[in-house]
Amino acid sequence: MTAQHKTHGEPLFRIAKRDALPMKTKILIRAAAVLLALVVDALFIVLVTKLNPIAVYARIFAASFSANMLFMQLLRDLTSLLCIGVALAPAFRMRFWNIGAEGQVLMGGFATALCMIFLGDRIPTPLLFLVMIVTSVLAGALWGFIPAFFKANWNTNETLFTLMMNYVAIQIVAYAVNIMRGERASVGSINKAGWFPNIFGYNFTLNIIIVAVLTAAMYVYLKYTKHGYEIAVVGESERTAKYAGINVKKVTIRTMLLSGALCGLCGLILVAGDKHTIATNTAGGNGFTAIIVAWLAKFNTFYMALISFLLVFLEKGAREIASTYGLNEYIAGIISGIILFFILGSEFFLQYRLILRHRTEKGGADK
Amino acid sequence: MAEKSMADEARRPETAQSPENARKPDAVRLEGITKTFGSVAANRNVSMSIRRGEILSVLGENGSGKTTLMNMISGIYFPDEGRIFVDGEEVTIASPGDALALGIGMIHQHFKLVDVFTAAENIVLGLSPEESGGGRRLDMKAVSRRVKEICGRYGFDIEPDQKVYEMTVSQKQTLEIVKVLYRGEDILILDEPTAVLTPQETEKLFGVMREMKKDGKAVVIITHKLHEVLDISDRVVILRKGEYIGDVATKDATELSLTEMMVGKKVALDIERPAPENPKLRLSVRNLTVYGAEGVPALKDASFDVYGGEILGIAGISGCGQKELLEAIAGLQLTAEGSSVKFYPSAGSGAERELIGLTPRQIKELGVHLSFVPEDRLGMGLVGSMGMTENMMLKSYEKGSSVFTDTRAPKQLAEDVKDDLAVVTPSIGTPVRRLSGGNVQKVLVGREIAAAPEVLMTAYAVRGLDIGTSYQIYRLLNEQKKKGVAVLYVGEDLDVLIDLCDRILVLCAGQITGIVDGREATKEGIGLLMTKLSAHDGYGGGTAETKEKED
Repeated sequence: MTAQHKTHGEPLFRIAKRDALPMKTKILIRAAAVLLALVVDALFIVLVTKLNPIAVYARIFAASFSANMLFMQLLRDLTSLLCIGVALAPAFRMRFWNIGAEGQVLMGGFATALCMIFLGDRIPTPLLFLVMIVTSVLAGALWGFIPAFFKANWNTNETLFTLMMNYVAIQIVAYAVNIMRGERASVGSINKAGWFPNIFGYNFTLNIIIVAVLTAAMYVYLKYTKHGYEIAVVGESERTAKYAGINVKKVTIRTMLLSGALCGLCGLILVAGDKHTIATNTAGGNGFTAIIVAWLAKFNTFYMALISFLLVFLEKGAREIASTYGLNEYIAGIISGIILFFILGSEFFLQYRLILRHRTEKGGADK
Repeated sequence: MAEKSMADEARRPETAQSPENARKPDAVRLEGITKTFGSVAANRNVSMSIRRGEILSVLGENGSGKTTLMNMISGIYFPDEGRIFVDGEEVTIASPGDALALGIGMIHQHFKLVDVFTAAENIVLGLSPEESGGGRRLDMKAVSRRVKEICGRYGFDIEPDQKVYEMTVSQKQTLEIVKVLYRGEDILILDEPTAVLTPQETEKLFGVMREMKKDGKAVVIITHKLHEVLDISDRVVILRKGEYIGDVATKDATELSLTEMMVGKKVALDIERPAPENPKLRLSVRNLTVYGAEGVPALKDASFDVYGGEILGIAGISGCGQKELLEAIAGLQLTAEGSSVKFYPSAGSGAERELIGLTPRQIKELGVHLSFVPEDRLGMGLVGSMGMTENMMLKSYEKGSSVFTDTRAPKQLAEDVKDDLAVVTPSIGTPVRRLSGGNVQKVLVGREIAAAPEVLMTAYAVRGLDIGTSYQIYRLLNEQKKKGVAVLYVGEDLDVLIDLCDRILVLCAGQITGIVDGREATKEGIGLLMTKLSAHDGYGGGTAETKEKED
């Protein structure tokens, strides 16, 4: 009987949760991850593309940092992504899985575009901006309110609801764009009346300022205000919230109005401060990428900025090496993907440690 | 590694060995067992033995590693270090299947049964036709015959064709035992089997355990109830903080000596019960009915009064409406029409107030100081991911007109609670989820008492707490009682209820089956009320009423 049981071995390794690590160790683990990523990536680059990995890394870096213009474009793309992440933060903190940012942003952008097209040359610019802000925020808020209202009253599934609202938004915009473009292929560049002003030589400087302010404000809102406290309690446990006397319905709807409104504002920034046009792909999938950003940052808006930077930096790098070396874009994607994989993978080792089997010979050596 | 186990070998004679047992190898012998979860050592270098023909109690406070240790014998966990011998031969137990093959069966605290299956179906679940006793085809008739045979031998009242969902808790537990016996296991481990049983059912279970012992089986019972240890076992193994403290023959042990081994220091085991001073009517509950999820009343027509300056105990098998009762008073349950909870302010000047139909916040805004320590500490009473400070402001955060939260007062309160109740935490900012059960409870009770309540409701306030902390909670409740607070104490340990409470209200299946005087109550009497069938409807409500009028 005994022999039969010895065939069942001890597991090869165990996974155990770590205690909180000191800051120094955390930085060391992350640095090791980056280093390891570069080494593994170098092997891949040499074996598959036969290129010099150092040169490839230099190109990736150059894609964002070799010129002022490139760096500003990095900031522009970073803020488009970060803005949506910040908008999602309160909803996610409440564990309301709002995956409808794409639609909420699109509705905000759509409202902005309509204002620019139909009011652009009829009312004074300051008033135009005011109307643009109000309508884009309202449009986004409406797209956030509808799923929240149903969730609060009938406990519908917010994930499915917000997801489907994306398609409604896309269809509405597609319909309107079809009418507005007339004979043209697309709506094209909208008249300049509603464009954000040129500051320091770039017309998207205002975007960066707005998003920086939003990021800081959201951090304060979630951490230091009564609303933020309520959101955290509701997110942790609805039963605790009710026990504490918090009106869960009210908080759910209020928070989603805020999340949707901020997404609407992202739409405004995209259309008035960057793209100057409207199409079904104006949000460009950032509404979904921002979900990853918000999650990885554990809803801390400052970490969101770091993650957004990483994602945008790698994406630009991948595009750059694809064009410089004439690489297949999938290969370029794999090269930047490996770096991302290692950096994110290191989070696991910050939380857990592996314990290898340490008494392999013992079972047989006993008798 | 090898050196270490030799060292263990040398230390082993500490364990008491009778001459008879020396001839026969122990049913199970553990040597140097260590198991850690993260940085917490659940068991550290534990060596002990389990013998046939003996009932062994594994005694220890919550968190002392009793269940973890037994789980390693039954294949749920795998030890980090150490060796396990069954009948003198070293074995590797990597899964429950391995344990079963070695004749080791464990009956867990939470039943592992399929509700829609019959008793017999549950018993053969997971067995091959050969193992289940038939030929190559599964023969349910043969199975039923064998089940009846086992039931007959031990006096179990289980019908093989009875569905599990029709069974009482006690029957389900019996079925778990039959399941183990059917498989021919002769080393049985029972994890806190009496937690869900009435005193009568417990006595019956102990009878069965004595029968199994007579059959030469090795029986292990995990428990932290001292009187049960003294009642049933032959030998006691004591664990403290994951370490093996020693074993004693039960005949040489007393409640006090065992407590000392368990806690590591002398503990006074008496609960104070001051006479209520000048009791004033505080809450008057009438016809309180709460419907559960399936539309069945979870609490039916409950009527009783609560006085300031007394502790009203609430007894009953768990899930008999205790939760609904407290939550309805706190404004957290929808109640049926006709329900009424009237609050009488302590000042005497204010008029009575109806609480039914109000939300928790409305109740607070009325100026009613109601404190509630719910059963689900981290799922309802506290926010696990937040520190003590933020938890202190859970019920008061909205004070003031600023949009920002004010953390100064809560921080001070957190420091005070930490000092007064000796909460063990790295800092008041550490998420309370990371604290031990006892410390979590201190944070919760500390906050609720700091709110200067007029009514204090507690649900299973000492569940999972060590003896020292439990007695600290009893003292805190008594202090509140002396201050004139009306205390409702939902408890599961009848000995404590009888020692602590002025009156004890007994619930059975959502109905009040009686309210008895704590000074005259007996465990048996309360046990009977706990299982009184709902057919005796009028008796329950009526007694409650008349009893109160007599008071």
